[in-house]
This record gives sequence, structure tokens and C-alpha cells, in this order.
Amino acid sequence: MKNKDYHPNNYQQLLQKHRKVQPKVTSVTDAEHTISRKITSGLAPYTGDWDEDQQAHLLKRVLFGLTPEDLKAIKELSLEETVDHLLTKGTPPAPPINDYNDSSEGIEDPEVPLGETWIHAGHGGDYEGLRTISLKNWVIKNFTNQSTSLEEKMILFWHNLLPIQTWDVFYSKLSYGYFDMLRTNCFGNFKTLIRELTLDPAMLLFLNGTFNNKEAPDENYGRELQELFCLGKGPNVNFTEPDVQAAARVLTGWVVDWEHFYDPGELKVFFYPPFHETSDKEFSSFYGNRVITGKSGDDGAQELDELLDMLFDHEETALYICRRLYRFFVYHEIDDTTKSEVIVPLAELFRSGNYEIKPVLEKLLLSEHFHDSANQGAMIKSPTEFLLGLWRMFGMGLDSPTLSEQKDQYSSLLWQMANQGMELGDPPSVSGWPAYYQEPSFDKYWITTDTITNRALVGDSMIYWGYWINSDIQLPVDLIAFLKRLNNPEDPNLMLQECGLMLLGIKMEDTTLTNLKAILLSGQQTDGYWTTAWYELIENPGDQEYEMVVLNRLKPTIQHLLQLGEAQLM
Amino acid sequence: MKRRSFIRHVGHSLAVPGMLGSMGFRMPNSKTLSDLLRMATATDKVLVMIYLEGGNDGLNTVVPLDQLSALNVVRPHVILPENSLLKTADASVGLHPSLKGLKSLYDENRFQVIQNVGYPQQNYSHFRSTDIWMSGSDSNELVNSGWSGRYLSDQFPGYPDAYPNDDFTDPLSVELGYGSSLLFQGPESAMSMVISDPEFFYELVDNEDREVPDSYAGDKLKYIRIIEQQSQQYGKVVQEAAEKVKQQATYPQTSLGQQLRIVSRLIAGGLRTPLYLVRLGGFDTHDAQVEASDHTTGEHADLLTDLDESIMAFMSDLEMQGTEDRVTGMTFSEFGRRIVSNASLGTDHGAAAPMFFFGNAVKGGVTGSNPSISSNSSYDDNLAMEFDFRQIYASILQQWLGADASSAESALFKDFEQVEIIGNRALSTSSLAGNGLFVYPNPLNGNSMIRMAPVNEVVTVDLIDMQGRKVASIFKGMITQEKEVKWSTSHLRKGRYLVVMQGANTSRVFSVVK
Repeated sequence: MKNKDYHPNNYQQLLQKHRKVQPKVTSVTDAEHTISRKITSGLAPYTGDWDEDQQAHLLKRVLFGLTPEDLKAIKELSLEETVDHLLTKGTPPAPPINDYNDSSEGIEDPEVPLGETWIHAGHGGDYEGLRTISLKNWVIKNFTNQSTSLEEKMILFWHNLLPIQTWDVFYSKLSYGYFDMLRTNCFGNFKTLIRELTLDPAMLLFLNGTFNNKEAPDENYGRELQELFCLGKGPNVNFTEPDVQAAARVLTGWVVDWEHFYDPGELKVFFYPPFHETSDKEFSSFYGNRVITGKSGDDGAQELDELLDMLFDHEETALYICRRLYRFFVYHEIDDTTKSEVIVPLAELFRSGNYEIKPVLEKLLLSEHFHDSANQGAMIKSPTEFLLGLWRMFGMGLDSPTLSEQKDQYSSLLWQMANQGMELGDPPSVSGWPAYYQEPSFDKYWITTDTITNRALVGDSMIYWGYWINSDIQLPVDLIAFLKRLNNPEDPNLMLQECGLMLLGIKMEDTTLTNLKAILLSGQQTDGYWTTAWYELIENPGDQEYEMVVLNRLKPTIQHLLQLGEAQLM
Repeated sequence: MKRRSFIRHVGHSLAVPGMLGSMGFRMPNSKTLSDLLRMATATDKVLVMIYLEGGNDGLNTVVPLDQLSALNVVRPHVILPENSLLKTADASVGLHPSLKGLKSLYDENRFQVIQNVGYPQQNYSHFRSTDIWMSGSDSNELVNSGWSGRYLSDQFPGYPDAYPNDDFTDPLSVELGYGSSLLFQGPESAMSMVISDPEFFYELVDNEDREVPDSYAGDKLKYIRIIEQQSQQYGKVVQEAAEKVKQQATYPQTSLGQQLRIVSRLIAGGLRTPLYLVRLGGFDTHDAQVEASDHTTGEHADLLTDLDESIMAFMSDLEMQGTEDRVTGMTFSEFGRRIVSNASLGTDHGAAAPMFFFGNAVKGGVTGSNPSISSNSSYDDNLAMEFDFRQIYASILQQWLGADASSAESALFKDFEQVEIIGNRALSTSSLAGNGLFVYPNPLNGNSMIRMAPVNEVVTVDLIDMQGRKVASIFKGMITQEKEVKWSTSHLRKGRYLVVMQGANTSRVFSVVK
């Protein structure tokens, strides 16, 4: 039974008001499978070519899109150095702030002044809606400002695998704490992460752990901990309903500090012995008939670690996480060869390394299998990869925006991604987004007639009339500034290939290059006409005629590029 | 109106046309007959624009016969032998020997040459001059929309949010080749069905599958393309139109030929799209414009042969489909070429050049006078402009597409004096006497109305199929005043038909599609 009494009375209206896009789960009919290629490579270190194609492949999978600066950051690095670079964490971002006060609208958070963070404030009542959006904006801001590091993408990986729904939690400092906890542990130790997740106040509320007590056990978290977070529900996973109940009983007694629930400051989580079920917890043969001896008093808290030990002793946990990593970073389908050559050895490494995440990522990203050319372009971009990728590649963003404009900017990305089936902070269910788990379609879930149209319009708007920020601001790409960031803007072939390298999942076909060039050159056959136009622009800064000549060619060219099916791949 | 906001309400799904850029048609304020008639009149006619990319050498396309001696002096490297020229009976010009078909159209008053079209202060950059021709701006003016786009935007102000709708399901303009040109860019959004991937259009129309790589990526790409195709707002109507046409004339296997084949197919299939843009590239003939051994051969001759054969195939296909009276074609290029030729057997960027119009409705003949060439011409000399290109646009907008003077002016920013392009020399005995016979809705959807103007005798109105067989009698009698007849078409098979009104002195035809 859910019991979210702390939600304001007008919670439903607040949801209506602030949640601009109703949660949507896209559906898909699987197209026939026609490929014949198979990959046989495994985890041996990749020693093949390390040129820009391989570099781009790696970066596209670990970042949100790809920028010229990302490519430059690793241009001189070896593969090993690159992976090392990618697995380096940066300084944590400043916390989210009140970006929503607006006296003209009567919006005045009584507790938090404009520009100050709300993460230490008490429960905001009606203001939780605005704070929740502020949190989501913050997540998106971090994603778009990512350095050439895997950090932000790993936060998305964990958020999808171990999700909360921030609209359900509806207590934004707790949701912030959850994201902060994911950041802290993103390349750390998986077991530690799961322990912190179990005792995370947002999770205790979201999956009802705090309402799980010996009088009324709530199985919600005990179930998902096994089924979704650690072991999965693969063919060899046969934990039983009694196992779910036993796990739930182990977890009884862990509560949030209700007495100080609404107060400013950190919301404490503690073990409350009177709520704990002290009887022995017997598990099925799947867990080797393990018994967790019931403990009373404060000792009851120890049962949690015994439970986690049991889950992490099972080999399926490492296999499950490695499958999820594989599907997130490499390819949706795991055939027998991939299983034996990649998943099994990777899982062994994970287990023998005491569930340290970094060595597993390292092994995978350095492997022959990851760099196998057959894997290039074989994933469909999620909305984050598509939209935030465009945003980053084009160098979009308002110049010195006011707080309110900054809020609108990130909110417009938030709702646009929600329109495309991915509202960050609120996956459609505790299973995450279907594209990451739903057989047999997986990433095809991202593409429907509705979302593909939406993606196309996003591209068109950026190129032509401006990406919608709010009713006063529509922000077009500064295409000239974008081209200046490229290596060879004056050379039509190299310039288009560089754009293709960043944007398309597979190498640009010759006919595509020919078509793009035909647009860029207005049908002329002489490449030099573009070069002249570009240099005239560079040599005559501020001359509108030269600028327009270049833009009138670039716009339809880039539009065409964005509308290629290959631009949906990575 | 402000620039079109992308998502005015972020929460709404975007009810705007998708991938194709966008386009739409104005919703009549009320669905009165006159509204429908006006709309039908406005959309019944089609203008097909052929853009000759690169700057066509006008002096070697339409040769001023009275200037030949000077031309022999100043452009010896490319001059065409006089005896190769296709001389016209009524004007002192000779067409390039590759233009045999167009010459035959000329002789039938179905082909018109407009001499010396250009603009003041010629710009010699391909890019800039293309933009000027597409935008319809002054040469020193920077305009970010196209003249056609502005016209369409003015005619159909509800666009794009309210389109497509039940009253108008078809694209407003269609652009083949590649990319979305400035031509159809409206003040707020693109007014054309731009399928930015040209292969996609052929796929849609010819119903062919495109190959994807045999790889994991190819598998995903195939899926994405299927969904993209399903999401084309206008994909279905275009496909349906294409499917209605079972047989077409033979076209050359060239890019232009195939583009025109598709245009004809869509017109015959009942698409009410009034504007099409197709392209033929390669006119930037700085060198090797002609073969040294024979100036009637070479790159330019090949291009003009392609143009000639493609247009001729298009014209005969229009006749085969019964759409020949609805379509007018036009060629344009960003500039002509220099008077003085290059030793490399080519010509450099120039200024004014002739434009062509073709179709049953054009007046025909040569409009304008021959340029005057001095045998002392220096390398920098260029042909003077006689007609501003916007005069030609203003003329075709008003004489063919039915624009009134104010719409033409708002599309072109100024009021330009018209040139006579649409005349009645070829059409004077036309069976189509204005709106004397009109069927709507068309394509037929089960219940149509036939509207007939008065006639002074007993007439029959019959339905004739494309084999010339009478399929049905619809009406017989006198029509003393304007009359409307209900006509059930639900039993008809899909295809093209003619509604024919005949009497001793009356012959009216209206082409319909189901």
C-alpha cells in the first residue's frame, strides 16, 4: 500500500500544472530482422586502427552527442589514455537553485530566495512542483555541460536502471540527494551503490521502504531490489515469491525521520527496531536455502548487509548488470557468442573485482568487441543523445541568460525530450524506459511516427526559425560559429565529412556526400565556390551579404543532414 | 505575424506537418461554391519551374541572327555555325541545334522565348545571384524568403498549423532534386514539400525499397526509414496520386527526365499542387562548353539535348494524361554568360539571358528584342537587361496562377509591369472555355457536383474514359442559366476520366480523377 500522506492536498492539480507533458510510453511494432552479420570478437584489447572513426564511435556511446571539442580532447590520446580520460570524474556541479521565483506571477518561494539553492530547505508544499522542475533542469544542464567524460552518461545509466520518479517522490531535495548519490557512486562500487540506494530517502519513499514494517510488510522494494536492481529476471533467475517476502521482512524497520520530515536540512534515515521483523528469514534453493537469522534491537540493521551479501554472492547479479551495461553502451541483442565472449567474462571480472564498476567499463570500452566495426551506428539515439547531442554539437545556449531564461531554456529541452518519450527524472515505470529493456524492440522504441516527426521538427527549428525557448525567445543555431569550430570549414568535402562524423551513426555514403554538396554548392560542380564564399565571409566580418550567401547554403545542407535516417543512429 | 513559434505550448503534441518542411492550403472562410471555384481555379493550374544551375549561355541558346558577324568576332571559340541553327519563321533568332523539340513547340505557338531577362547591378557570384533569382529581391537587398514562398504564404495564411485539412490535402509546392531551396521559403516557414532526401521521393512515388547496409546499423536504419515514410504528412496523398497513373510516356533516363516524369505523374494523379521546382545542373561552362572540332557538340549541347528531350517527353506525357492545358513550364538560370568567349572553349559568368515558357497556354513567339553585340566588345562587357526577372514573375503569377495585382506586389515587394506570356494563340479553340464546365470535388469522392455555364443549344454531358469509351451519360438538355447537377461517382472505378459536354456548337471538357 502506498502512503504518500505528505503530498500536498492539491498534489494532483500541482502535477497537472507543472508536468507539461503527460508521461508517455512509446510503442512499436518490430520491423523484420534482416541482418546476416555476426560479431565473434570478445573482450581482448582492441589493437586495430585508432583513427577518428573509432574515436567518434567510442565518444558517441559514452557522451550525449559529439562535439568538435570532444574530438579534439582525445585526438592525440591512445585508446587506453582515452578510456582513462573518460572514466575521470570532474568537480561536482553546484546544486540546483531557485530559478522560478517570479513576483509578477505571484511566485515567491517563502523559504528560498531567487538564485539560492533549495536543497537544504524544508518541504516546499506547493513549491515542490517548481523545485522538481528546477531539479530536472539541473540534471539537463549537467548533461549539456558535460566534459569529455562518461560521468553524466553513467548517471543516466543508473537513473534508468535504479530509477525513482521525481513526480511521485515529490520532495525535490530528496530527489536531488538521489541524483547526487548516483554521481558519487557512478564509477564506484556497485554494492555500495545498492546499499546507499536502499537507504536513500527518495527511494524509501518511492518504493515504500519507509512504510515497510513488521505489522504491514510492503514488498515493493524487496521485489525490485531482486528483480530489477540486482538479479534481473533472466531465464536462470528463479527466486520465489517467498524470497520477495523474506527480503521485505529483512528490510523492515528502515524509515525516514518522519518527525523532522518537513524540516530544513538533511532528512535522516535510520533503523527503528520496533518496526523490524525479528523472525528468521528463509530463502529458497535459488539462494542456496540461505537463512538470515532474525535479530532484535539495533542488531536488526545488520540483516541488510547479510541480504546484500546474499544477492551479491549470486553470480546472476554480475551477469545481469553486465547485460544491462552491454545493452546501454554496445548493442541491444545478446546472442550466444556475445554471451560467452563478452557477458560471462565481464561478469567474472565484476565479481572477482568486488563489484567495482570502473574496471568493467574499462574492459568493455577497450575491447575488440566494443570497437568491432559491426557495432558502429547500431544503436538508435535516445532523446538525450539526439536532442542534447544536437544542442552540444551546435553549441546552442543563450548568452548570459537571466535565471528565468535559463530555466526556460532547460525546461524547453526537458519537455521536448518528454515529447519524444523521455522525461528525465521520471521514467515511465520502476523498470526504466522500455527502450533499454523491452524485448525484442529495445531502442526501436524511441522511433515512432510521432517522435520521428518531433525530432525532425526540432532539427528544422534549430536551423530555420529557432528552437523554442519561450514565447519571446526562439534560438536558432549560429551555424557560422558552429562551422568555425570545425577543422576545415572552407573545404566542402572535409567540412561535410566532419559534420557527418559527429552526427551520423555510420560513415557517410558517397551519394549522401554528393547530395549534400549539391545543396551546399547550389548545384555547382566547383568546390572552390564554397571556399571563396567562406573566405569572403571570414575576411569581411559583419558583412551581411557574405553571411547570407553562406547561410542560405548551409541551412538546407545541415537540414538535409539532420533528416537523414543515419542521424538517428549512433 | 511573428516568426512561427516552434512549440507554443510545450505540452501539446506538435500538430504541424513534419519532415517535409511544411505547406498547406487556405481554408475557405465558408464553403460556398464561389470559394470552392476560386480555390479550384487557383489550384487547377500548375507551373513547373526548371532551374538551369550554373548560368546558361543565352547567346548560344537563342542566337540573335542579326548579330552573327559580331558574334563571330567576339566569341570565336564557341560560336555555332549559322547553318546549324534552328531558325524561326517570325523572329530573327535561331535556336541551338540541340533544341529540335522546342523548335517544333515554337512552331506550334507552344514555346515562348523572353529575351534579355536579368536585373540591375548584376552579381556574378553563383550563390548570390541564385539567391537573388529565388528570393526575387533587388541585387543589393538581402531577403531570406523566396518569391514563390511569399506568394503561397500570402495565398494561404492559415499555413502550416491548419494543414493539411479536409479541403486541402495536397502539398502546396513540391521540390525535386535535393534540398529545400530559398524559392519556397516563406516569411515564416518553408512552403514546400521538401523531401530532403531525393531518393526518398522516388521511393515514395515508385514504391521502391532503398538498400541499407547489411549490418546491425543497416537493420536499424531500415526501421527508421519505414517509420519516416509512415510519418510523411503528405506521403500518402503523394503516393496515392502516383499510384493512380498506370502508364506514362517514355522519358530520357536523365535526372531532369526522371524529375519531370514524377511531376507529370503527380499532376495526372490529381494532386492539386500548383508549383513544382526541378533542376538541371552543369551550366557553369567556363571551359569545354563546346567541342573544338564541332561547336554544335560538347557539354552545353548535351545539357540542351537533355533539356529538350526531357521537356518533349513531359509535353507528350501531359497530352497522354490529358493534363496538357493545365501546365505551363518555365526555365530560369542565375545569369547568362559573358559575350566574349574563352580560349578554353567556354564562357565566363555573365548577365542577362533568355527565359523559356512552354505549354499549351503560352502565347508563343519571341518577346523582346535581340541583344546588340559590338564586334569591339571587351572581355568585361555583358548583355544589357531588357526585362527585370520580377516582371516575368509578376506576369506568370497574374496571368497563369490567377494572383491579383496586390498579391503579386506583396510577393515581389513592388509593382512590376507585366509581359504577355499567357495568350490565346494556341488556346483560342480550346475545348475548355473557362469555367463553363466544372466538376468538384475532384478527385471524385463519391458525390460530385457538375457546374455548367449557360449554353444556347441542347447538349449532352457524358463521361469518357481514357480509351475514349463512353462510360456514362450524365445530363442532356438545354442550360438556360448556370446549372448544377449532382453526380454520384461511387460506382466508378479508380482512374482518369473526361467529363465532356457536347452540342452542335459546344465542346467543353473537364478532366477528373477518381
